[in-house]
Amino acid sequence: MTKSLPSVTIVRKIKAPPAKVWAAITQPKLMMQWWGPDAGPTLSAVADVRPGGRFSVVFRLLNGEEHNPTGIYQEVVPEKKVVFTWEWPGMPERESLVTFLLEPFDGGTELTLLHEHLPDEDARKSHKEGWRGLLDKLPIFLGDAEWST
Amino acid sequence: MVKYQASGMDRTFSALADPTRRHVLVRLKDEPGLSVSELARPLSLKLPGMMKHLDVLSDAGLITRTKAGRTVSVHLSVGPMREAMEWLKRYEHFWAVSIDRLVALVEEDGER
Repeated sequence: MTKSLPSVTIVRKIKAPPAKVWAAITQPKLMMQWWGPDAGPTLSAVADVRPGGRFSVVFRLLNGEEHNPTGIYQEVVPEKKVVFTWEWPGMPERESLVTFLLEPFDGGTELTLLHEHLPDEDARKSHKEGWRGLLDKLPIFLGDAEWST
Repeated sequence: MVKYQASGMDRTFSALADPTRRHVLVRLKDEPGLSVSELARPLSLKLPGMMKHLDVLSDAGLITRTKAGRTVSVHLSVGPMREAMEWLKRYEHFWAVSIDRLVALVEEDGER
């Protein structure tokens, strides 16, 4: 649906079965052990993992800042797929959308994380070409060196 | 963390979500200072149509227009695109680290 808008995709092959990865993604007790962008603690996790259910995580960064992304589960297929909206309270950012996909892979799991920025209705209607092409060109606009990573 | 000027970002994203406007930006990258009619010509767009697209790009801060005599020349402005890239980079960082930790967690007590 919004695949052609800017998005972050991360794919990882994990040496653990989908059931186990699923648990880590959906059980608050386990979520609290990994959720967050640095080694700071995860302070709370709410995961009512069913369509319409609430998602909320509070984590503290090493610099002391606390953040609380929240959202609503949109789609839940146990051990295969979970989709939820994502917003930061107090920040006027439009919602974005997070998808976790789990595929069995050689005794383990291939995990795909997709974080999409949701377009407004105008953008949704008018975009026909892919975003990726544009993003590929961004380094040209911005100077190659800075964005080469 | 993941903070940015939300309304500005929204404008950037919707401004960029149109092939004509992206075409204009790419041309301006190669040929800065083109006039409105020079931009419109290869797209067989009428001037008012092109002006509308330029208004959107201008509102998003992606271009600047300067008037010299009767000619308006258009230039690229990269700030907002930089911001769009920031959005991606920050989330990339957020998830890269989180998922490393997730992997460590599930692999740690999984194999032995």
